[in-house]
Formats: sequence, C-alpha cells, structure tokens
Amino acid sequence: MIKTEQHIDQKLFPILEQVSDPEIPVLSIMEMGVVRTAVIKNGVVKVQITPTYSGCPAMDVIGEDIKKALKEKGYNSEIELILAPAWTTDWITPKGRKALEDYGIAAPLDAEGDKSVLLDGKRLVKCTNCKSTNTRLVSQFGSTACKAQFQCDDCQEPFDYFKCLK
Amino acid sequence: MKENLYKYILGIADNSLILGQRLGELCGHGPSLETDIACTNISLDLFGQVRSYYQYAAKIIGDGRSEDDIAMLRKEREYVNVLLVEQPNTDFAYTIGRQFLFDVYHFLFLKELQKSHDLTLSAIAIKSIKEVSYHQRFSTDWVKRLGDGTAESHQRMQDAIDSLWTYTDELFHQTEADKIIISEGIGVDVTVLKSVYYATVSKILNESTLKVPESKWFQKGGKEGIHTEHLGYLLSDLQYMQRTYPNMEW
Repeated sequence: MIKTEQHIDQKLFPILEQVSDPEIPVLSIMEMGVVRTAVIKNGVVKVQITPTYSGCPAMDVIGEDIKKALKEKGYNSEIELILAPAWTTDWITPKGRKALEDYGIAAPLDAEGDKSVLLDGKRLVKCTNCKSTNTRLVSQFGSTACKAQFQCDDCQEPFDYFKCLK
Repeated sequence: MKENLYKYILGIADNSLILGQRLGELCGHGPSLETDIACTNISLDLFGQVRSYYQYAAKIIGDGRSEDDIAMLRKEREYVNVLLVEQPNTDFAYTIGRQFLFDVYHFLFLKELQKSHDLTLSAIAIKSIKEVSYHQRFSTDWVKRLGDGTAESHQRMQDAIDSLWTYTDELFHQTEADKIIISEGIGVDVTVLKSVYYATVSKILNESTLKVPESKWFQKGGKEGIHTEHLGYLLSDLQYMQRTYPNMEW
C-alpha cells in the first residue's frame, strides 16, 4: 500500500536539483529526499513533497520555489503535500550528507547511535570543525526542528547535529 | 458518523493546539536559551501536527470551514482538549511537569493510532510519533534533573507533579463520540493504556527521587467542553487577531 520509492521524471531532475532547502541552502531538495514524485501529466507537472517535521515552516517555501523553478523552464505544476510514507533521515543522499558536513552540520547517525548520543551521553558525533568525537550534547533541540545543539570539547566549536528520524 | 469522526479528530487536535500555544508563550521567556528553543520547537511540532488534523477535520465536516476557522473561531465550550494541557506555565517545573504527564500519554496514544483503520489518521500518527519521542526524552530528562537536583528544584518539581496530578485521569476518559469511533476500529481505546501510563510515570518519578501522588480525586470536564478558568485567557490571546480583524491573512 505504501510506496517508499521515488517517481521522478529524469527530464525534471536537473530543474528540481536547483531548488534548495531555505534553511540549509547548501542542500538541494533532491539530496534531502523530500520530493517523492515529479511526473508530467497532460502538460502539468505533478509534484508530491513530504515534510521532514510536521511543523517545518520551510515546506510552504519549498513548494513555491519548486513552482517557480518549473515555471522558468516552461512547466506549470501542482504541488501536493503527502504524509505517508513518513520522511526519514535515511532518505538524505550520500552527497547530501557530505554537503551537510561541509556546511557545519553533523549528519545523522543511525537510530542506535542517535539514542546513545542523546540519552546516554556517548561521544559519537564528529565535530564538523576538527573531526574530533570528543563532543557533547548541549540541547536536544536546536535552531530548527530537525537539529540538536552540540559542542566540541577539543576545539570548543559549537555546532548543529541533524537528528536521526526513523 | 461524519459528525462523530469530526469530534474525535478535534479531541486529538485540540490537545496539541492548546499545549502548543502554552509552550509558545515561553518564546523569549524560557529559563535558558536552550530550554526556550526546546519549548518553542516542541510547540512547532505540535502546531504542525494540528494542521494535519484540522485539515482533515475540515474535509470531513465539509461545510466550508477551513483549518484556520476550526483552530481560531470556536468558542471556549467548543474546545475539547483535556484540562491538563491548558494549565499555565506557573514556573519551569510546571511547564516540564505538564509536558511530561502529557508526553507519556501522547506517545502511548500515537503508538495505537498508527494502527487505525483510517489511513489519514494512521499516517499522521506515524509521522508525529517520531517527533513526540523526542518530546518525551526532553521532558523525562528534565523531570529527572529537577527532581534529583537541588533541594529547591526537587521541591518545585514535586509541587508541580502534585498539583497537576488531578488532571491525569481525564486522559483516559471517553466521550460518546469516542466510543462510536473506537467501535469502528478508527479510534484508540485509551482505557487500556491507563495502567501502562501510570506504571511508566511512576517509574520515572521514582528514578527522579519524587513521590508518586496518592490522591485519588481527579478533575475532568475538558473533553466535554467544560474548562478551567485558564482556557478563556489563553483563547483570547490565541484568537485576538482573527476576532479583531476578521478574515485577516498573514
């Protein structure tokens, strides 16, 4: 019943790749995995996007940005927000994870690792500045819904950690 | 059927709306930057979930009312949230106590709602429970820190739990609409969650060196629209813009 695979028309891929997450500008929405469907039907592009977090205020902007980007290439589009299947951090592509790290946001660990760092204070998250794992959780909630705040005890750099969502 | 399902959805959504509004009041007023951001993040998650519920409720009732109308333009007696979530942010221990007592319930509730025969409700539950598991970690962590902290923080946390305890039993109360929706395999039979709820809460209170209140006298009424005096003030804040400038848009 629930399809987890994406349906993206290859023609549209380069256009959608240009649209970035407004809160993490280095990351395209394709790398983020929020676009689930983009197909052309009767001359109109049907796009389905799924929110990372329910209250993510970026979703409205992302929808508008997709419309604008498609319009510039001559496509009319309809955007639909879908909840199922629910987004997971596993959908962030390897390229996306690299972009996050380069931008200064530690990429999500797996579910077990996430629990260990948030609950048991284990030091597994790598500092985005000096790569040390001598880091600690400052707060489970950060500058946006998807992030936690960390600090490195070696170089003292404060940084965001993208929380694991499964 | 339509009317009952509509009422049932409001019963879930109003809890999140009112709690989200209470947490939002702390924006810029939290005891530290981290807790301030945490409370408003949780508020944002709850509002996000609320939008999904009200959008669905608007579709079900189909009388032209939008999600915003449902959220903003009802009268006090038409809100069916539990009394627990409308209690004020008296101090940080109350904020955390209220959150903790609700989060434990919310998580257990969503776990069951995931199995609902209604595909929209189950999709919202599957999405929300991931967020709520973070809320529960946050509030549990703070109950322990305050309970097992200084003599002052311990006393305040105990006072908050003692005072809020009277509102916990209502979480397991069922309205007539609830019973019908449960019999259709859509709703969650909350009465079966009660023993797990109190066991979980008691375990964490014990770990936090706090006493589990013994009082067996419980307040109820919110689910039937009969509220404590706090809700009216909260709504006057929440609804101010729509009441003063009807139909205004952001």
